[in-house]
Amino acid sequence: MHLAYPAVLSALLFCTGLYGVLARRNAILVLMSVELMLNAVNLNLVAFDVWLSRTVRETLHSGQALTLFTIAIAAAEIGIGLAIVLAVHRNRGTSDIDKLRDTAERPESEGPDTEGPGSSAAEKAEATA
Amino acid sequence: MSLTAATATVAAADSHGFLSPTGVEIAFLLVGLVTLGAALVTVTTRQLVHAALWLVVALGGLAVEYLLLTAEFIAWVQVLIYVGSVVVLLLFGLMLTRAPIGRSPDADSGNRWAALTVAVAAAVALVWVVVDAFRTTWIDLDGPAAGTTRVTGASLFRYWVLPFEALSVLLLAALVGAIVLSRKATPDAAGPGRTTAADLPAAGPGEKEGAR
Repeated sequence: MHLAYPAVLSALLFCTGLYGVLARRNAILVLMSVELMLNAVNLNLVAFDVWLSRTVRETLHSGQALTLFTIAIAAAEIGIGLAIVLAVHRNRGTSDIDKLRDTAERPESEGPDTEGPGSSAAEKAEATA
Repeated sequence: MSLTAATATVAAADSHGFLSPTGVEIAFLLVGLVTLGAALVTVTTRQLVHAALWLVVALGGLAVEYLLLTAEFIAWVQVLIYVGSVVVLLLFGLMLTRAPIGRSPDADSGNRWAALTVAVAAAVALVWVVVDAFRTTWIDLDGPAAGTTRVTGASLFRYWVLPFEALSVLLLAALVGAIVLSRKATPDAAGPGRTTAADLPAAGPGEKEGAR
């Protein structure tokens, strides 16, 4: 098989995930796009492992071992990420990442104390943490 | 090592035509188109639950691609972990955050066109570089499979034991972290009127899944 097929598919999948991470608003959809990007990397690792194990007699199978590690890390990441999203949703009532702007820099003209709901939400988050 | 690779590459280039479509390549191409299409629908659909279900198609298609690349063990691990648990976790997360069932008009944020520009530019650059780099490279799929369970297990437990064990510690840390993150704060530490009680039992099953 030509090596360009899996490599090109992996690059396209990675860019699809990149678009999803940048364009989506819901945090869970962002997590799905991150999964797509991780899978693109996995496909690359598997393809290059199969190629190298034949071509240069690489017997460590590092690509497949790294793929297994990536899958395990992705499972851990999705567990932690969903726990964070659920905690945020419990505190704020939303999972839109556009609305989580408490740590954003604000223009100097409006002071940080002028916003009522934002500061109370920040207090809530601190109380939970 | 590189000399061997170069000679093998030249030998492979002699025996193959450029982009010679063998049966495996045609199957890979078709499954790849399905996978890419499902991924595109996943990142563009406005129905959140449908996005998770199309993600199943994309991940299953990737499992088929692993099978075509003779990596059997990775393929079944992919089916078990991604399709079996990650997508179920994502669906739990969607339901626990009360995602709308129908079309949600605000699924995409305002920087959609900037994201599209970045993604298309990255895709063009990556595809160009990759095709240019591996134009004369072929994977030899004949002979014994490179990714059977026996081969993968032998290399994993012969050369990769220490990272494997470290990974189990990482999974334990993730388990404890998920429990701590999704646990209810103690009542004396919480201020009055914090969380409604209706939210808390709903977080139970997702938390259990997250701990796994």
